[in-house]
Amino acid sequence: MVLFETKEVTKKYATQLALDRVSISVPEQSIFGLLGPNGAGKTTLIRIINQITGPDSGEVLLNGRKLKSEDVYHIGYLPEERGLYKKMKVGDQALYLAQLKGLTKAEAMRRLKYWFKKLEIVDWWDKKVEELSKGMQQKVQFVTTVLHEPKLLIFDEPFTGFDPLNANTIKNEILFLREKGATIIFSTHNMSSVEELCDNITLIDHGHTILDGSLEKIRHDWAANEYLVTMAGEVKPEGNNHFSVLSTEFEGGKSNIRLKTDSGDDTNEIIRMMAGYGKVISFNPALPSMNEIFIRVVESQNSNQASNN
Amino acid sequence: MNKISVIIKREYTTRVKKKSFIIMTLLTPVLMASMFIIPALVMSNKDRDFKKIAVVEDGTDLFRGAIPNFAEAEFVYLKDVKINDIKNTFESAGYYGVLYISSEVIETPNAVQLISRKQPPMSLLEHINSSLEKEVEKQKMLAYNIKDLDQILKSIHTNVSVQTIKIDETGKTKQTSTGASMVLAYFSGFLMYMLVFMFGAQVMRGVIEEKTSRVVEVIVSSVKPFQLMVGKIVGIALVGLTQFAVWVMLTGAIVTVAKVNFSTKNTATHIETTSQSLIQSNNVAQAGQTVQATPQENEFMKGLDKALDQNWALIIPVFIFYFLTGYLLYASLFAAVGSAVDSETDTQQFMLPITIPIILGLVVAMGTMENPESSISFWFSLIPLTSPIVMVARMPFDVPGWQIALSMLLMLATVWGAIWMAARIYRTGILMYGKKSSYGEIWKWLKYKE
Repeated sequence: MVLFETKEVTKKYATQLALDRVSISVPEQSIFGLLGPNGAGKTTLIRIINQITGPDSGEVLLNGRKLKSEDVYHIGYLPEERGLYKKMKVGDQALYLAQLKGLTKAEAMRRLKYWFKKLEIVDWWDKKVEELSKGMQQKVQFVTTVLHEPKLLIFDEPFTGFDPLNANTIKNEILFLREKGATIIFSTHNMSSVEELCDNITLIDHGHTILDGSLEKIRHDWAANEYLVTMAGEVKPEGNNHFSVLSTEFEGGKSNIRLKTDSGDDTNEIIRMMAGYGKVISFNPALPSMNEIFIRVVESQNSNQASNN
Repeated sequence: MNKISVIIKREYTTRVKKKSFIIMTLLTPVLMASMFIIPALVMSNKDRDFKKIAVVEDGTDLFRGAIPNFAEAEFVYLKDVKINDIKNTFESAGYYGVLYISSEVIETPNAVQLISRKQPPMSLLEHINSSLEKEVEKQKMLAYNIKDLDQILKSIHTNVSVQTIKIDETGKTKQTSTGASMVLAYFSGFLMYMLVFMFGAQVMRGVIEEKTSRVVEVIVSSVKPFQLMVGKIVGIALVGLTQFAVWVMLTGAIVTVAKVNFSTKNTATHIETTSQSLIQSNNVAQAGQTVQATPQENEFMKGLDKALDQNWALIIPVFIFYFLTGYLLYASLFAAVGSAVDSETDTQQFMLPITIPIILGLVVAMGTMENPESSISFWFSLIPLTSPIVMVARMPFDVPGWQIALSMLLMLATVWGAIWMAARIYRTGILMYGKKSSYGEIWKWLKYKE
């Protein structure tokens, strides 16, 4: 079931078209990656979802209904440009932000205790924000984002500023939130975290959607007939007119071989050929990383535009 | 509405808890009260350091008894003492100073010297000057050999003291004290200027703080920018009102305490001298009357009462009205400026159009004290950008009701317009980072739809 969608959303600023008929569709209880190079229009789209600004045309739907101003209570937003009042105490600040999201003081207090304990930040309650390190502030901010248990969470670059340990903690919390029923829109430039977390993605550039769909499908679609073969023992296969060997490495008694076939070749045929060299342990399509796909898509988009101009 | 109150509460409590706020709030009334008390005290406490002054002439004996003793000093005429004998020893002889009158005084006015260790007060010099002038004039007149000169001088001696009485349309008269009104006008005009500037700038700093710390993006995902702006402006207004209320109450308390203290002190000394008769007569009411008759106390009380004799029931509400509207007007402009810049150092180019009317208001308000009914004061007390400062400065001089009403109406309309305009600039400005904003840019923000 789709929890959130935008239909043909367009937003113009004085001089530029920030979003041009962008449609996204976010299934319930999934993690949705909103990707794109700098200045692509991601922040504008996120601001529209948060009703900080409105679209010039197009529809924004939550649960199939048009987005209303009360819906801010069901949305949690961790902006990329984030900050807290520096002179305010951590506890007071968290209570304040929770009350602005419609929680009563008592309820906010109860939930904050739970989260501060869970993330092991209880000692910070009476500290001023300026006394905390950047990573510590991020943790507080994460708590204030999820505290009102929103149905839709928007994380814009949630891992910047965290050490690997804390980044992992936050990643697990995000996965846990999805398990408990939250739907998450996740915007980042860190493609490896996209691979780890996202179910679906949309890639926008210059206000246009240039790629969207499920992460699995996109990676398969972009797999350029490359395969990873693992074989027992040290094997050095040679290419033929059906496939070429891109790389071979021997490690831990196994050989990892990367092949590229001509398009349309029957994989069974190739497995049979490989079996001639030794024992095949596994045979998998070599999925391109999101990083590669991102670069290739955006670059081809840019060269298209250049030739159009 | 509920969210605005959460915002107001935060803006209010974080500021009221600050040390600087508490110090300012407690210290200012002391300064204000001293403005009323010190002049009155100075007037009535002249006898505190009573001075004995030796008067020496060379040879002649013209000025014996010419300088009468007065509240500040006693003049002791020393015959046959040469100035050089006493010049260096007067202090050990118990004199404050030596007044040396040379025999040439009839011809040259500066033939009189007052020798002392300390700088003598103005009032003492004035007393000596006027007494000697009178005496010299008398001596000169005597030289014309007019018959019955003493009698003639006595009969023509006149005292004039101008009493200012204002009369209004209904024919009611009111005795006014121009001096006290001037002080009050200066004071209220300046206080208004300070309050509007201080709290307006606080709004601006608050907006800039939210913008630079990037907390604003989180908040506007929960509340509308307009709610945040209004919450901040109202919260800081309440801080201002709290401070103002504490100031009025504390100043009142200090003045009252000073009044009571002073009269009991005088009473105490007086009772000592009259205790004998008091015990015998046991008539408290009569004692009260004698106490009231003490001249020094009367002088102090009169000075104080005169300074405080104003139409407070009108002045204070009018002041609060202009504080609130003037503050709202400037605070919304300051909020707009704060939203348009990235840091406080960038504010200068936008501050100028805001500070010019405030300073102009202050300048006109200062002129108002000299001439409260001038047409420039009249117009500037109607023009909304300057009226808060100029009108409160005019208030001690009885402004006609229709002028106050018209000025207030214009003010309310302008405040509404300013808030509307500021809100439009603000909601775009707070989310703009990095871009250097210009007037042209801000003009565009004003016209955005959403």
